[in-house]
Amino acid sequence: MARKFLVLGEVRDGSLRNVSFEAIGAAKLAADGGEIVGVLVGDSVQNFGNELIQYGADRVVAVENDQLKQYTSDGYAQSLLAVIEQEKPEGIFFGHTALGKDLAPKLAGKLESGLISDVTSIEEEGGNIVFTRPIYSGKAFEKKIVTAGIVFATVRPNNIEPLAKDESRSGDVSTLSVDIKDLRTIIKDVVRKASEGVDLSEAKVVIAGGRGVKSEDGFEPLKELAQVLGGAVGASRGACDADYCDYSLQIGQTGKVVTPDLYIACGISGAIQHLAGMSNSKVIVAINKDPEANIFNVADYGIVGDLFEVIPLLTEEFKKLKVNA
Amino acid sequence: MNIYVLLKRTFDTEEKITLSNGKINEDGAEFIINPYDEYAVEEAIQVRDAQGGEVTVISVGTEEAEKQLRTALAMGADKAVLINIEDDIENGDQFTTAKIIGEYLKGKNADLIIAGNVAIDGGSGQVGPRVAEILGIPYITTITKLDIAAGNVSVIRDVEGDSETIEASLPLLVTAQQGLNEPRYPSLPGIMKAKKKPLEKLELDDLDLEEEDVEAKTKTIEIYLPAKKEAGKVLNGEISDQVSELVQLLRSEAKVI
Repeated sequence: MARKFLVLGEVRDGSLRNVSFEAIGAAKLAADGGEIVGVLVGDSVQNFGNELIQYGADRVVAVENDQLKQYTSDGYAQSLLAVIEQEKPEGIFFGHTALGKDLAPKLAGKLESGLISDVTSIEEEGGNIVFTRPIYSGKAFEKKIVTAGIVFATVRPNNIEPLAKDESRSGDVSTLSVDIKDLRTIIKDVVRKASEGVDLSEAKVVIAGGRGVKSEDGFEPLKELAQVLGGAVGASRGACDADYCDYSLQIGQTGKVVTPDLYIACGISGAIQHLAGMSNSKVIVAINKDPEANIFNVADYGIVGDLFEVIPLLTEEFKKLKVNA
Repeated sequence: MNIYVLLKRTFDTEEKITLSNGKINEDGAEFIINPYDEYAVEEAIQVRDAQGGEVTVISVGTEEAEKQLRTALAMGADKAVLINIEDDIENGDQFTTAKIIGEYLKGKNADLIIAGNVAIDGGSGQVGPRVAEILGIPYITTITKLDIAAGNVSVIRDVEGDSETIEASLPLLVTAQQGLNEPRYPSLPGIMKAKKKPLEKLELDDLDLEEEDVEAKTKTIEIYLPAKKEAGKVLNGEISDQVSELVQLLRSEAKVI
């Protein structure tokens, strides 16, 4: 049965996030031929409408207001409620990002609807949209359906294929005027720590360091490798607790859960809490001096050796590949 | 200040997960306070110690959650409330939990509600914002710093590694992110005192809620374990040869580069 779905196009640092295209891909699976309406919210976001359409949205509704320059749950909720009121969709999908995680429960709560968070795959089964999501930090999975209200879902980055970009597609980009009022939280300042390089949760390649990295400087070779591969740097709790890096890099049961195409674990022993944050990565490489380290049990490829010897060699090899390519 | 903490009893992070009859097997498992809720308890105690007032810890679950609530009392919380849904609800979801907590908190004049930003079992991260929405108060998720002065609140929020400084006023709900504080261990005198602190036990009836009022909006149709990974390849030889081989394998076999 064809049904209409909304997808929020999330703009960060002046461009649409890849996960928004993946969310369109997810909505396509759920909509069963129904219309996909992209939604943009911000102070000046209409110009991103065409890109959403090129990635599969049929048309786009943009809510623009000076009060929406920065994300606030109140401002965005007012905007989306107005769009939902106008469009009356069957469901609405978000990226499972800081914004999606913050906003979706408020809207689902307001509309007394079911929300499936952190979705990694979607299928249609006998008229139901069945969502798969990890539980116990990836130690198990559950399949869920929404039984009441609008179907809300947040989609985990890097798991659902976006549609191929089609620059010949076109569609209507309309605006909806919303009166934004009573913002109860005010952003005074933003300190960018993560904006250098690639976003950890969306990265296709993650180079992660553990206690074996030994110091803050020890992360330098990892950063270099990440740069060559266009990836992001992550860390185990051990490395964060030892103050080698910021907690924002932590991957694990507490911390971020990542599912890149390639995960290179450097000097990480592989505690069960760390595995919970990365074991669903597509390909895992372990580099560790200790041949008995637990990380080798989940690794596809392992090198027993000193990371300070291995990583620079690896960086050189990849650099050569790049030059030859 | 009237402070409430939302607390969930979860599996210990060390536990391996197994299934029995299609459900998560809890037999013999160790349980803990959800680690993010531990930050919430600690923060609540620190705010109370600085500002005065009272910390009440709430958990929705089964009789067994009393142990985790007693731990929170031993850390320094003043009172606990256990809303036991074991007999009334078979399949709840985040709507269910939020509705029950929201109903309990209505009319309690909470100034500050602190929850973990996510539980490490279900991992949905929904209950905090849903409770705030029910109570009609603002919320800020994944905070790493909380300052309160004369009813004005300044928090630092972790946004995927970036830090936002946000101002708001009470009443407010916040959810704790790692880095907010270093949760204390309960002291021996704390544990002794906790035994005598009030722990109220309620059921749906006591909140004037019917089962239909809290009926889940989602349904779990299957739980399964991920496929076991085959043993990987540990490479041999000179390190430089291993590195070349690895790059080859990543290109031609794994096809990720």
